[in-house]
Amino acid sequence: MNKNEFENIEIDDTKYKTLLTKNYLRRKHYTPKDPNLILAFIPGTIRDICVSTGDFIKKDQDLLVLEAMKMKNKIKAPFDAKIKGVNINVGDTVIKNQVLIEFVQ
Amino acid sequence: MSLITRLKDYFSKKSDIEEQIEVLAKQKQSKMGKLTARQRIEEILDNGTFHEYDLFVEHQAVDFGLDKKYLPGDGVITGTGTILGHPVCIYAQDFTVAGGSLGLAHARKITKIMDHAMTLGLPIICINDSGGARIQEGVNSLAGYGEIFYRNTRASGVIPQISVILGPCAGGAVYSPALTDFVFVVDKISKMFITGPEVIKTVLGEEISMEDLGGARVQAEITGNAHFYAETELECFEQIKRLVTFIPWNNRKKADKFPSIQPKSLFQIDKIIPEEPSNPYDIRDIIKAIADNSDFFEIHELWASNIVIGFVRLNGETIGVIANQPLVLAGVLDVDSSVKAARFIRFCDAFNIPLVTLVDLPGYLPGVDQEHAGVIRHGAKLLYAYSEATVPKITVILRKAYGGGYIAMCSRHLGSDFVFAWPSAEIAVMGPEGAANIIFKQEIANADNPNDVRKQKVAEYTEKFANPYIAAAAGHIDAVINPLETREYVLHALQIAENKVDNVIHKKHGIPPF
Repeated sequence: MNKNEFENIEIDDTKYKTLLTKNYLRRKHYTPKDPNLILAFIPGTIRDICVSTGDFIKKDQDLLVLEAMKMKNKIKAPFDAKIKGVNINVGDTVIKNQVLIEFVQ
Repeated sequence: MSLITRLKDYFSKKSDIEEQIEVLAKQKQSKMGKLTARQRIEEILDNGTFHEYDLFVEHQAVDFGLDKKYLPGDGVITGTGTILGHPVCIYAQDFTVAGGSLGLAHARKITKIMDHAMTLGLPIICINDSGGARIQEGVNSLAGYGEIFYRNTRASGVIPQISVILGPCAGGAVYSPALTDFVFVVDKISKMFITGPEVIKTVLGEEISMEDLGGARVQAEITGNAHFYAETELECFEQIKRLVTFIPWNNRKKADKFPSIQPKSLFQIDKIIPEEPSNPYDIRDIIKAIADNSDFFEIHELWASNIVIGFVRLNGETIGVIANQPLVLAGVLDVDSSVKAARFIRFCDAFNIPLVTLVDLPGYLPGVDQEHAGVIRHGAKLLYAYSEATVPKITVILRKAYGGGYIAMCSRHLGSDFVFAWPSAEIAVMGPEGAANIIFKQEIANADNPNDVRKQKVAEYTEKFANPYIAAAAGHIDAVINPLETREYVLHALQIAENKVDNVIHKKHGIPPF
């Protein structure tokens, strides 16, 4: 046991000296969701964009079409908003969680 | 035709097939650094005990030119033999025959040997080395997989099932190993995944190597799909042989008894736990201080190592050990460690192996990732497995047993037969720091010097609750014992509990939080 390798882990206000596991170190850190960002929920290709910067959009209005796993997914507006920016072009391949569209409410 | 001619004919047929399989196979497999299917079987089994069946089986497929293709043994070798005298059924897929691909005849050879294992009450060893479904055979190949999975499930808890991944095992094929009790992998040779790197790249644009996606190390350390990891095939085979000595042939038997050997004096049980209560130590030293010959056969060594599971012998009898590991993540319970222990407990219970639980944990691992990963449901598996188990259950609380963790680690309340505690045990709702901060929140906040008051309150709480005597006074533990007496107490408890009868209400089956 090499004491220098020990890290602290806190449980109920007590700090314990211990080793950490690979899975613990690669755990996902939580970040609250920003409602003003439309993210790619799956990696894929942008097939269509139905809005442009500055547009006022209504809830459930079509924003874009993201094709993934041979399925065309229509992405709709979650609420009434103004489009602050469209960060993609038709034909772009996007990775998971890439920002596609930004709103201002 | 005379018998002599017939015999000659037989020998030439047999040697034709064997030669086709072996000579070619050796060349092909050794290029990939792998042994042949036959070599693997012979290495695992006792010398000269392998008896092969269904050597002459041929496929009936006709499409895509298969009618002109002769596939020796249809790409799988099946048979019986012994491991250190224990009879087993075994099969090995032969990657050198059509990529070890699974067609209907191949699958039927496997299901036949599985049926033998079931009716004869013998463990089955499944050596996987296959490119997957034999596409030319279409849905018949899928039928073959389904028939194997069905038998894996039906045999679960009746005979021990051991999977050895010695090549690719991809797509639907991975579900046979996943349904079995123990999965062995070998570095650089084993590959397991549902969808391979190629598909992932085309569909999702994510690039990853086969090794990083589902190589041996990943399966043993990250996913927990594999229970045993070895550097070489031969090391893997030694692990299999050792495992077989610890488990019974089937659920109607007990594991073989061995001569009782005292633990080695190297492991001094009263000198392992550090003075400072928040400092770590290796729980495996405690296990070795109790076990016969200090011999501990660890399972899932690389995955969720904040809990330690494996087999020891006590007085020569196989015992399943479950122990929190303060050395890793302070020994907390979390999603993976709960799942790991729960499955092991169910294996032991199904195969008449008594359980010894060693407790030292500060509680559950806090975190959004844990909550969102379903630690409630997964943690419940551990409670379920302990409560459901009817084999003798002995618990020793060494140090911390806080809160939900105390209950989950085979407390009296979950049906432990005997709960012992060392004088160093702290059986309480939570650690002194946390408890004092809650109970005396106002007092601490209103004090002129909150830190001094906190320290004083923590000391008060520690004095009052951080010990085994309150739980002992309530009868939640059976005895406070000297650490040096641990082995003696556990041996006695196991002896007393040997004829335990735990009446379970008849039901079709329970509904564990899968």
